[in-house]
Amino acid sequence: MRLLAALGLMVLAGCASTGEERDPRDPFEGFNRGVTKFNDTFDEYLARPVARGYVKVLHQEIRSRIANFFSNLADPFIGVNNFLQGKFENGVNDLARFAFNSTIGLLGIHDVASEMGLEKHNEDFGQTFGRWGAGPGPYLVLPVLSSSTVRDTIGLGLDWTFDPLSDVRPINLRNSLVVLRGVNLRADLLEASRILEEAALDKYVFQRDAYLQRRQSLVYDGRPPREKLE
Amino acid sequence: MRHTALLTLTLLFSAIPVAAQDVAPDALVKSVTLEVVDLIAKDRELKAGGRAKLVQVIEQKVLPHFNFTTMTALAMGQNWGKANPEQRKRLTEEFRTLLVRTYASALAAYSEQKLDFRPLRAKATDTDVTVSVRVLQPGAQPVPIDYSMEKTAKGWKVYDVMVGGVSLVANYRTEFANTVRASGIDGLIKDLGTKNRSLADKK
Repeated sequence: MRLLAALGLMVLAGCASTGEERDPRDPFEGFNRGVTKFNDTFDEYLARPVARGYVKVLHQEIRSRIANFFSNLADPFIGVNNFLQGKFENGVNDLARFAFNSTIGLLGIHDVASEMGLEKHNEDFGQTFGRWGAGPGPYLVLPVLSSSTVRDTIGLGLDWTFDPLSDVRPINLRNSLVVLRGVNLRADLLEASRILEEAALDKYVFQRDAYLQRRQSLVYDGRPPREKLE
Repeated sequence: MRHTALLTLTLLFSAIPVAAQDVAPDALVKSVTLEVVDLIAKDRELKAGGRAKLVQVIEQKVLPHFNFTTMTALAMGQNWGKANPEQRKRLTEEFRTLLVRTYASALAAYSEQKLDFRPLRAKATDTDVTVSVRVLQPGAQPVPIDYSMEKTAKGWKVYDVMVGGVSLVANYRTEFANTVRASGIDGLIKDLGTKNRSLADKK
């Protein structure tokens, strides 16, 4: 419900914004750039410093265990999404990963499944909708979470509903885990975000185009219908 | 006895280095990548993040296998036709500098990951192929790096790199088109130059 309200707000804000040369994929560019400004400030003063501190304090080996723990929790629903997309073999693979990593891998901190040849997949509800034929819809920049589209935002709402962390109680523990996961993710992206800043002339445009390309590629598992460069 | 002679002869001939144009595209990507990764692993200065030296290594080892004119033309799209030869030359130079820096940063960040070189799926007669390498990391989906390569008289040349499904060349298209629309081709050359100088000043 809150998600719908937020979406409505974005649509309104999008209509109010004016830009001269509009990219058809990004009709809410004015609004999106506003959120980007907020996100950049948030990142500069909170997320990035915390992530840097986290990297300094915790050894790579420990950070990698933490990443594996959260990655393992996500595998069952990656499997469910594979089933929903008709990729049964991949779905079974994901459930097997969860079974091995949760047990032999000590609650997921060791990714033994990858070493056994059971590869990690990347699936979510946004990709499932894409596989079912839904286009991405307009590009959206979400507060804190950054790049998305209308389709992927709706998918994200479902991802959260089924997120195993959302059932953790007491609430304080749940919140701490969600923050830890976020910090760990930001820490993983420190290098990538620095490279993005170096590479881009207009960071907003570069990040948007990369996100849209990346999602299109993920929907088709790395084999999107080839767009011929002339 | 005759067999031994034949064997020696065969070995002798196979040891003669083949010309660059005869190397298969996937073998080329593999040997160049491994050579550079190996250089970084062995060189303390490179490992510690000596960016200037890394750029030098890339210029020596990697650049000869890229076709930057094609890359720039693809990133420019329709505007390439509107650029005069001098503008084309300068665009290509600036774009090359930017890409080499980006490549150096990426290499410095990820050179210690395990690599999985995929077998080439192409016919012997193909002149345009995609060579895939995957960067393996525990707990995450492998990141594919796909090199689009074309066969030229001087051997196979890379004209686009796709990282995780994101084409570098395609990703610069909107940025380039926006800048050209706002301030013309010379404006774009100027912007690229400013960007490159700001990066060079950093380190």
